[in-house]
Amino acid sequence: MTDTDRGTQRDRNSAFYLFTQQNLPACKPVLTPEWVFMTFLFIGFIFIPVGLVTLRASHSVVEIVERYDIGCVPEPFRINKVSYIQDDSIPKNCSLSFKVPKYMKAPIYIYYQLDNYYQNHRRYVKSRSDKQLLHGQNQHGISSCQPVEVNNDRPIIPCGLIAWSLFNDTFTFIRNRAELKVNRKNIAWKSDREHKFGKNVYPFNFQNGTLIGGGKLNPRIPLSDQEDLIVWMRTSALPSFRKLYGRIEKDLDVDDVVVVHLMNNYNTYSFGGKKKLVLSTTSWLGGKNDFLGLAYVFIGSSSVTIAVVFTLLHLLSHRH
Amino acid sequence: MTRGRIRARLRLSHLYTFACTRPEATEEGPHSIEGPGYSRIVHCNQPLMHKKKPFKYRSNYISTTKYNLFTFLPKALYEQFHRVANLYFLSAAIVSVTPLSPFSAVSMIAPLVFVVGLSMAKEALEDWRRFMQDIKVNSRKVKFHKEEGVFDYKSWKKLQVGDVVKVEKDQFFPADLLLLSSSYEDGICYVETMNLDGETNLKVKRALEVTLPLDEDASFKNFTGKIKCEDPNPSLYTFIGNFEYDHEIYALDPSQILLRDSKLRNTAFVYGVVIFTGHDSKVMQNATKSPSKRSRIERKMDYIIYVLFSLLLVISLVSSIGFAVKTKFDMPDWWYLQPQNTDDYYDPRKPVLSGVTHLITALMLYGYLIPISLYVSIEVVKVLQATFINQDIQMYDEETGNPAQARTSNLNEELGQVDTILSDKTGTLTCNQMDFLKCSIAGTAYGMSSSEVELAAAQQMASDLEDQDVERSTDFRQKGKQQEIELETVVISEDEMVHKSPIKGFSFEDSRVMEGNWLNEPNADVIMLFFRILAICHTAVPELNEETGSYTYESESPDEAAFLVAAREFGFEFCKRTQSSVFVRERYSASGQTIEREFKLLNMLEFTSKRKRMTVIVRDEDGQILVLCKGADSIIFDRLSKNGRLYEEDTTRHLNEYGEAGLRTLALAYKRLGESEYSAWNNEFQEAKTTIGPDRDLMLENIAEMMERDLILVGATAVEDKLQKGVPQCIDKLAQAGLKIWVLTGDKVETAINIGYACSLLRQGMKQICITEISSDAKEVVKENILLQMTNASQMIKLERDPHAAFALIIDGKTLAYALEDDVKQQFLVLAVQCASVICCRVSPKQKALVTRLVKEGTGKTTLAIGDGANDVGMIKEADIGVGISGVEGMQAVMASDFSIAQFRFLERLLVVHGHWCYKRIAQMVCYFFYKNIAFGLTLFYFEAFAGFSGQSIYDDWYMLLFNVLLTSLPVISLGVFEQDVSSEVCLQFPAVYQQGPKNLFFDWYKILGWMGNGLYSSLIIFFLNIIIFYDQAFREEGQTASMPALGTTMFTCIIWALNCQIAFTMSHFTWIQHLFIWGSIATWYLFLFVYGRLSPSISGNAYQILVEALAPAPIYWLATLLVTIACNLPYLAHISYQRCFHPLDHHIIQEIKYYKKDVEDQRMWTRERSRARERTMIGFSARVDAKIRQLKGKLQRKQPSSEIHSPARSS
Repeated sequence: MTDTDRGTQRDRNSAFYLFTQQNLPACKPVLTPEWVFMTFLFIGFIFIPVGLVTLRASHSVVEIVERYDIGCVPEPFRINKVSYIQDDSIPKNCSLSFKVPKYMKAPIYIYYQLDNYYQNHRRYVKSRSDKQLLHGQNQHGISSCQPVEVNNDRPIIPCGLIAWSLFNDTFTFIRNRAELKVNRKNIAWKSDREHKFGKNVYPFNFQNGTLIGGGKLNPRIPLSDQEDLIVWMRTSALPSFRKLYGRIEKDLDVDDVVVVHLMNNYNTYSFGGKKKLVLSTTSWLGGKNDFLGLAYVFIGSSSVTIAVVFTLLHLLSHRH
Repeated sequence: MTRGRIRARLRLSHLYTFACTRPEATEEGPHSIEGPGYSRIVHCNQPLMHKKKPFKYRSNYISTTKYNLFTFLPKALYEQFHRVANLYFLSAAIVSVTPLSPFSAVSMIAPLVFVVGLSMAKEALEDWRRFMQDIKVNSRKVKFHKEEGVFDYKSWKKLQVGDVVKVEKDQFFPADLLLLSSSYEDGICYVETMNLDGETNLKVKRALEVTLPLDEDASFKNFTGKIKCEDPNPSLYTFIGNFEYDHEIYALDPSQILLRDSKLRNTAFVYGVVIFTGHDSKVMQNATKSPSKRSRIERKMDYIIYVLFSLLLVISLVSSIGFAVKTKFDMPDWWYLQPQNTDDYYDPRKPVLSGVTHLITALMLYGYLIPISLYVSIEVVKVLQATFINQDIQMYDEETGNPAQARTSNLNEELGQVDTILSDKTGTLTCNQMDFLKCSIAGTAYGMSSSEVELAAAQQMASDLEDQDVERSTDFRQKGKQQEIELETVVISEDEMVHKSPIKGFSFEDSRVMEGNWLNEPNADVIMLFFRILAICHTAVPELNEETGSYTYESESPDEAAFLVAAREFGFEFCKRTQSSVFVRERYSASGQTIEREFKLLNMLEFTSKRKRMTVIVRDEDGQILVLCKGADSIIFDRLSKNGRLYEEDTTRHLNEYGEAGLRTLALAYKRLGESEYSAWNNEFQEAKTTIGPDRDLMLENIAEMMERDLILVGATAVEDKLQKGVPQCIDKLAQAGLKIWVLTGDKVETAINIGYACSLLRQGMKQICITEISSDAKEVVKENILLQMTNASQMIKLERDPHAAFALIIDGKTLAYALEDDVKQQFLVLAVQCASVICCRVSPKQKALVTRLVKEGTGKTTLAIGDGANDVGMIKEADIGVGISGVEGMQAVMASDFSIAQFRFLERLLVVHGHWCYKRIAQMVCYFFYKNIAFGLTLFYFEAFAGFSGQSIYDDWYMLLFNVLLTSLPVISLGVFEQDVSSEVCLQFPAVYQQGPKNLFFDWYKILGWMGNGLYSSLIIFFLNIIIFYDQAFREEGQTASMPALGTTMFTCIIWALNCQIAFTMSHFTWIQHLFIWGSIATWYLFLFVYGRLSPSISGNAYQILVEALAPAPIYWLATLLVTIACNLPYLAHISYQRCFHPLDHHIIQEIKYYKKDVEDQRMWTRERSRARERTMIGFSARVDAKIRQLKGKLQRKQPSSEIHSPARSS
């Protein structure tokens, strides 16, 4: 008798017994007025400083944005820009200049920005073959590249719409009549270069068809070194996007005048897309991003407001 | 067998005056049976005749299963795809095989197969159990007449109409039989109809005179006969038919019919002819189909699914129209898509076609709005909840070893929403055991033991007064008042010491009369008379238990047995009954000298429900003729002589006390009769007995009436119909939880009312509304009258001014039959709902089901039916929730039930704890589920607007797949399984918290839409904050901009955080399991991302190295996560803070009290809160105590002016 009693007694304290009887030790936090006040105040006291720090970082970034798609079309062609861009006989070179508004510390990142360009369209996103990019010609499985998979019965490397529509405007920068060297290495993700684009895969049969899309590729350079292509093939999430073009590794001073010589090859005119050239420094946060800081400050201050209003309400209601 | 033989010498029918005496000739002649409804013809002892048409009737095989082997698949599939959601998933699965699908086919089909398969397996298992039960019943054996007077066994299912069967003692009848003869010479037999109507007293059936010679096997050699009778019908108490035998036609009535599923008792054997077999039998006709039950929440979920489906359609339409427009007008300009080289899906020349195909794609892409995983999770959660119910040690009955059992897991949450409980009485509320507890003899009350009701009420009163003293001490200053009230309680609680006597049926305790001490009492002669009445005035038969040498008694009702046991204990042992005498061994003192006395039984006028009394006329050994009578007090008091009213006043007072204590009372009286007086009367009586004609019954009654007159009151008895353990407390708690309790019983009105008192469903001062039928032939008149009674009652309730007034409705089966007719039932329901308690007596199983349906459909609220016997099966099936008591009786009720418990008292825990928890868990879980899928699904839609409505998803396919499977499922399940708003003890202490379920506070449209709105808000915040933050700027110091995978992964991280934090805010109870699941889910996401990123790029694609290389080193990734998580949850947090502090719900207050440990520090406040947290009740002993206190208060106020010193000398 006593043995079994003791046995059940022990069982009753076992974790399994407590579990089946839904009696496991538990913490039961309760949102008492004090906790509410403390929580909201705490959120406020974290968010406002973070927001301010973020804003400061964002303000430290210097950014120059120059739109060039209209300016680079000669006056007579402005009525029909599409025919201008599609006519190979017309030279596409163009230049623009701007003044540096603030001291820019190296590295200065150069971006091109396209608007109204649906790199995230399902047809576009799917039209690539990761296998081919890594392993090259002897691999099958390029059916996903429709409608740009073969030309003259021979596979295209790299296949697919994305590669076919490669961005091909080029920029050279001149300051004080001296060319600013643009470093175009290491603009793509390291993992992409090393693991997703083959070192032994060379462009083949590319842009040879009747339809010429975007830029051409040097067939002697393996895909893993074609960083423009690698950057381009990281499709953007939104129809307006920036992509890294290169880096200027020299500081630019205030009031420096920079002249850009560019080849305006890429057709955004048929769908009314804008093209912009962007020079920007970065902070620990990345580019210029006031929104994040503002959002933090906003959330933080509304949280503090809630805490105060809540306390007032609480005190008032207790007086009754 | 031998016992049967001995008794077979008795012609018991000679004892009876009313029930069993039969006119010598058929006075009415055969029924005229013509026309529709009377087509059945049975050729007795010629089963071969019934092999072919037109006499081929249904076989005796019964099946209670829903499906059979062939119908299972189509029927069960139909049931499954009856659910809207399943139908939608089915179509989605079909489409997923085509190239239109944005996802792989397996990811659509597998979960569907899982959900449907699981539910179907559950159905199959339940049906299999029923099937096994059927097999057991069908293969029971019975003796039947084979040929040439030889009887042999065959299984029930092979029995045929026309077969002659022999049923032996304590066997069930295999079909509806015509009784031909029994082991008693006069062809009577006793039948227990427990399974039909729940009544436990034995019923007497008698055979026709003509068939009496057929009382041994051999006599059936050449027996033939023909029965013409009514067609199968469910009425248990009627039967019309004619029996053609030996070229004569005899009328048959219900007293010759033995019904299937009733039991032969006290009779060695009977012979009978099978009339109705299998599903034609009355009990099977009473059976209702087992419906598939779905809980209220689940049904409402269908509507939510409709809402979501419309939302899905709308956004899919928007999406496809957008796509068509974009394709037609913009796409020709998008040279980078090569619009001239497209297939149909993207062809700008066919925008309508591409729009239509896109619609299908969109429907599947946004399918996350309608979560199939919800159904999977709910199934899993419910099974786990059911396991907890099964495991609950506090619902485990140690005596029988039966745990509570959730037999289906569909209805767990429905337990938390019950509004009305419909309860059976016998076996459910009571043990069906009578205990002789008290008596009043010659105006003196004997018996010290207290009834359970008294004990329970005393306890309640003591604790309640404590509370109220605390409050009152501020209001009133006079101490005297409190003393007065305290005194009242002391009187009751004095008796709290209970020594349960080990003798079954006898809990009496009083040394003044026990052990022969009654001889020293002042009225010893009256006391002796009292005991003699107990020992003589009955219809029972003694049986010697050879092992113990004592007698046990087989009686028609358990009361009689209790009386005989009591008489035995007092020293008046009834030991033998012969045809004309009753022998009693009388022992006058403790010394143990016994004298066996013989009382010659001259006449017996037995008990009927109409007469409500029983009388025997005996001649004792001195030749003195005595009339001994027992009966309902009102009846007896009307029949007392002038000098017989000596003790009337005291006895009445005692009877009231007994009634208040929930005891069944009878008054005993006697008179002495002169020889000539008797013989004059007897002549008249014998004459009446042999009269032929319709007036005979009336005449007999009148003559009996003459004898039962001028009686002398001896005393009264009080018998406790033993309630099951904890029943009054349980009913009180349930009443405090705001539940309405209706008692539906097959028992007599008086019994039911007594039990009503015992359970505190009725109390003194409650106004009883009895609806009865007037005896009239015209149906319309009866109905009219019943309507009038109901109108009057409603009027009375309306005019009642006293806020504490409570009404009780009492109605019997016959009246109920009218009240349940279509044109009356609404009025009946309205009346019944206004009454605090409703008691329906003498109701058939079918009526129980009908009443249940009326309440269920009429009030639209959740009903729970609880019962233990086969007669409760109908209502158990009909109610929203059926609960079976897995006690001693057969398993039919349990088989039909959704939950089974061993004792009624476990119902409290089942509802108030498990029901409450399960309701809240499921409600919150479902709400959260919709929230989470809206929050996630809509981000997909917003992205569409930015991707030319092309059907591209911003998330990796794997994220989407794992979202419901791994990343958010476990926290939801832990919410659904482990959440406790308040602990189980608190649930029981604050029964009013239960009302959150019936009021549906957690699953009303306000709540649901609130959650959906929250989901919408979260989706907007998650999507747009991320979009703006990652719009076009570099997100790292190294200057890279965010690509689609980076943005998608960040957004998904935000979703995981926001949703899991949301569920953490929703929960109020964290064990390590919840912590593990919630924070583990978040950790799993990072772990998954890490591992997925490490896999070869051919598997991980764009997500290759995304966490390690791209996101983790970027502070903006972490900052965005924090920002979005807080921004998503801030409004919810503000909302619940506001609600808690300014509009708190019950459980909020309790949680807060518990949190501050006020229950320990401030006992007073705790108890005050407790008494406040009761629903205002009219029933239960709390209400009784309240009423008593009000009464006392009233008394005090009246006493106040005189300002006398109250003398505390009150002892009795």
